[in-house]
Amino acid sequence: MILDGIDATLAERLLAAALGSGGDYADLYFEHRSGADFVLEDGRVRTVGRGVTLGLGVRVLRGDATGYAYTEELAEDRMLEAARTAAQIASSGAAPGPISIQPVVLADRYPVSQPTEARAGADKIALLRRADAAARAFDPRIVRVEASLAEEQREMLVVTSDGRLARDSQPMIRFGVSAVAEEGEGAGRQRQVGRSGGAGRFGLEFFARSGQSPEEQGREAARLAIGMLHAVEAPAGPMEVVLGAGESGILLHEAVGHGLEADFARKRTSNYADRIGQPVASSLCTVVDDGTVDNARGSINVDDEGNPGRRNVLIENGVLVGYMQDRLSSKHFGLAPSGNGRRQSFRHEPLPRMTNTFLAPGQDDPEEIIKSVTRGVYAKRFAGGQVNISNGDFVFALTESYLIEDGKLTAPLKGTNLIGNGPEVLRNVTMLGSDFELSQGTWTCGKDGQSVPVGIGTPTMKIKEITVGGTKTR
Amino acid sequence: MSVARLEPTGRRLPDPKSCQRLAEQMLALTLKAGADGAEVLVRDGTELEVKIRLGETELIKEAGSRALGLRVLKDSRSAVTYTSDFTPAAMEQFARESVELAALSEPDPAGELPAREEMARELPELDLWDESVLSLDVAEGLRRARAGEAAAMKVDKRITNSDGAVFGRSVGASAFATSAGFSGSARGTHVSFAVEPICDDADGKKRNGVYWSASRFASGLGDPEAIGLEAARRTLAKLGARKIPTGAAPVVFSPEAGRGLVGQLAGVLSGGALWRRSTYLAGREGTAVASPLCELVDDPLIRRGPGSRAYDGEGLASRTNVLVSEGILRTFLCDVYAARKLGRRSTGSATRAIGGGPHVGVSNLILRAGRTPAAELERLDRALYVTDLMGFGFNAATGDYSQGAGGFWIERGERAFPVTEITVSASFDDLWKRVDAVGDDLDTRSSVQCPTFRVSEMMIAGS
Repeated sequence: MILDGIDATLAERLLAAALGSGGDYADLYFEHRSGADFVLEDGRVRTVGRGVTLGLGVRVLRGDATGYAYTEELAEDRMLEAARTAAQIASSGAAPGPISIQPVVLADRYPVSQPTEARAGADKIALLRRADAAARAFDPRIVRVEASLAEEQREMLVVTSDGRLARDSQPMIRFGVSAVAEEGEGAGRQRQVGRSGGAGRFGLEFFARSGQSPEEQGREAARLAIGMLHAVEAPAGPMEVVLGAGESGILLHEAVGHGLEADFARKRTSNYADRIGQPVASSLCTVVDDGTVDNARGSINVDDEGNPGRRNVLIENGVLVGYMQDRLSSKHFGLAPSGNGRRQSFRHEPLPRMTNTFLAPGQDDPEEIIKSVTRGVYAKRFAGGQVNISNGDFVFALTESYLIEDGKLTAPLKGTNLIGNGPEVLRNVTMLGSDFELSQGTWTCGKDGQSVPVGIGTPTMKIKEITVGGTKTR
Repeated sequence: MSVARLEPTGRRLPDPKSCQRLAEQMLALTLKAGADGAEVLVRDGTELEVKIRLGETELIKEAGSRALGLRVLKDSRSAVTYTSDFTPAAMEQFARESVELAALSEPDPAGELPAREEMARELPELDLWDESVLSLDVAEGLRRARAGEAAAMKVDKRITNSDGAVFGRSVGASAFATSAGFSGSARGTHVSFAVEPICDDADGKKRNGVYWSASRFASGLGDPEAIGLEAARRTLAKLGARKIPTGAAPVVFSPEAGRGLVGQLAGVLSGGALWRRSTYLAGREGTAVASPLCELVDDPLIRRGPGSRAYDGEGLASRTNVLVSEGILRTFLCDVYAARKLGRRSTGSATRAIGGGPHVGVSNLILRAGRTPAAELERLDRALYVTDLMGFGFNAATGDYSQGAGGFWIERGERAFPVTEITVSASFDDLWKRVDAVGDDLDTRSSVQCPTFRVSEMMIAGS
């Protein structure tokens, strides 16, 4: 692979320079990332894009303090300069002894028979055309379609001063369709945009998966746009809410996921700090972060600190049992690394991050969950969410939701938000479906200015009360 | 002034002229490789970020980065590519492969380069570079961060924790060269400082507040202690925050919160959204889209402005565009592509990043200050004052808006208690038409700017 030229003896020289001012620990993160994107707009391939980034990030730790530098030039003098810049976090101490570097053996969670980059551009454009045609054929009110495909191949190599060397090759494919629906003329014209998409660590075989064919994605975008044309105002205030399987996992991500990242626990800036062993959710809830799911968008064979991806139970039957760790935090807590040290690129220092985070399935029939609600909201698709780590308030935006009246889904609702407080909302989970689903969507998590791909999932679940941010008083 | 000066770490200082040489070199290589036309953007920058938390150094990050973005045209087809490999052989190969890549796209007359006569001729001096920023090094950044955090921590014993104090500095140069007849370069400095203390509240919740400062000039950054004190004041004010009952009320937006709403207007006033039929403002030019109190401009020509630029992302001259005046929608912003799709002329509003082609964007987007002293906007019997907005919740195609919010409940003209865990909602059309007061306190720290403003009624969802 591209980073093959980086050998152990070069790494040793760089690590020695990084630790030359007395740091406790150093690591090198080499990254080569190539990607391309194809966009079809109004039936025409408007432009195609391609690019490569290559660089080295050097990190030096001294206690809880981090020194960081990077370079895009992999000439040895530039790499040594980056190492010495990162070293400035420490100012005194002994030079390191010899480092014995051993490769870390890793499982492969996302073998790809043929990288998408090796396939002809025309094959990818054909996929876009299929999605475009399916969306237009769905309904004459679809007036505009845009489809896009992005592929990326990230080669990374981590070498640490405690002797680990890990390589990984991380593919990612991403497909998206948006469709505009219009109805009526002049001032009374209604217009809606529907969006659908999927992503994962696959080659083009991704499109053979259920729900992921270009036709299915095209029709789904069109369905959402048409369905929303006659959406009614959403209610305002606390209500019973049923969250559908899959994308509703965004609730877990925001309500508890971020709060269980160990940097917040270490700094005691999250309201989940110091709560190991305590009940933080309804006993129905078991929350897992799992970087080992085959081909999932958030999966990693190895994290960006050289620790293998793992399945970690965070909340078991409502009790908080663990946090997601990076190196700094695991040292602080005296725990084993959990495989959650991730970074956006070689320009960024690692942080504890989620991989694929989900709520394990329960016992209830999803149909029965909806039937049990006299008046409430059923939420199916989401645009995204955000949390305030300190007070635990989180919000997430609904793009497809319906009123529930007497146990049945009735009117589609205009886009709205649900707002709640992490620990409170999880105590309000009263029913949990047996229909677990990991969303195939293109979820990207942002933290401290860094974006990483993640997965989310959940079964259908009922929440006794959460505030719906609509415009209509009941 | 020496542009060849080395920074303390031995790194080259970003230099606009060497960026421009590189851009012109790549332009020549691309044309030689068979392109009919090309645009090249080069960016070179250094970043420094230092953070103090609870009196200790938490992070020192320092690095430089240089990259090039290319758009090629061949037989009316285009490709957009980027690289950071500047060895001669790699540049040649990159040019060749970029031209080949364009064959995958389809001919699109709207995607051709701008006409030669559209290009910028003279570049205005915008005063975006401050030599004294270079002397704000690691040691000085740490000193300021330590002082700012310490000032916040000693205000009140209820401040029990901190998310730290961060000093950031960026120094950048860029160049743009196009076969349409423009080659230019620019440089700029930027510094920022933020302090974020944390309080413990009842029932195990924590309250965080943040205050920050940012400027292109070292002298505009302000005193670190003063920023720390303001951060502490804002954090303490949130103690005891609670939900309020669901119902309609007037809502006052602080400049920090209001900026998020003004920023959404950038999307729906884009010519790109107009030809894509994805803005609720389609067909509304010349009609009222906001209260007569609202004047919205996009102005890239403000001296020392955070979003100022001498030329746009396609090499066209920067100009001030009035988007809304007296509440009437005057124009959408267009780059060359959107203008051709709509049968208009570009408003000089293209932005361009290394990894993508030109698209419509804003520079300094400003909701102009009004004449009402900001404090007077709170003189209401009952109202919500919003300081924080969170989450996604804007549908550009319909204008439906809903976001999580926090702030204060106002009773008889006073901030009675802090509020959290609520949403504010309205259609954007109603929201802007219901603006009944605009403050005189324009906040100029970032490129999207507004003063305090008040909406006569929005729906609040709470308990």
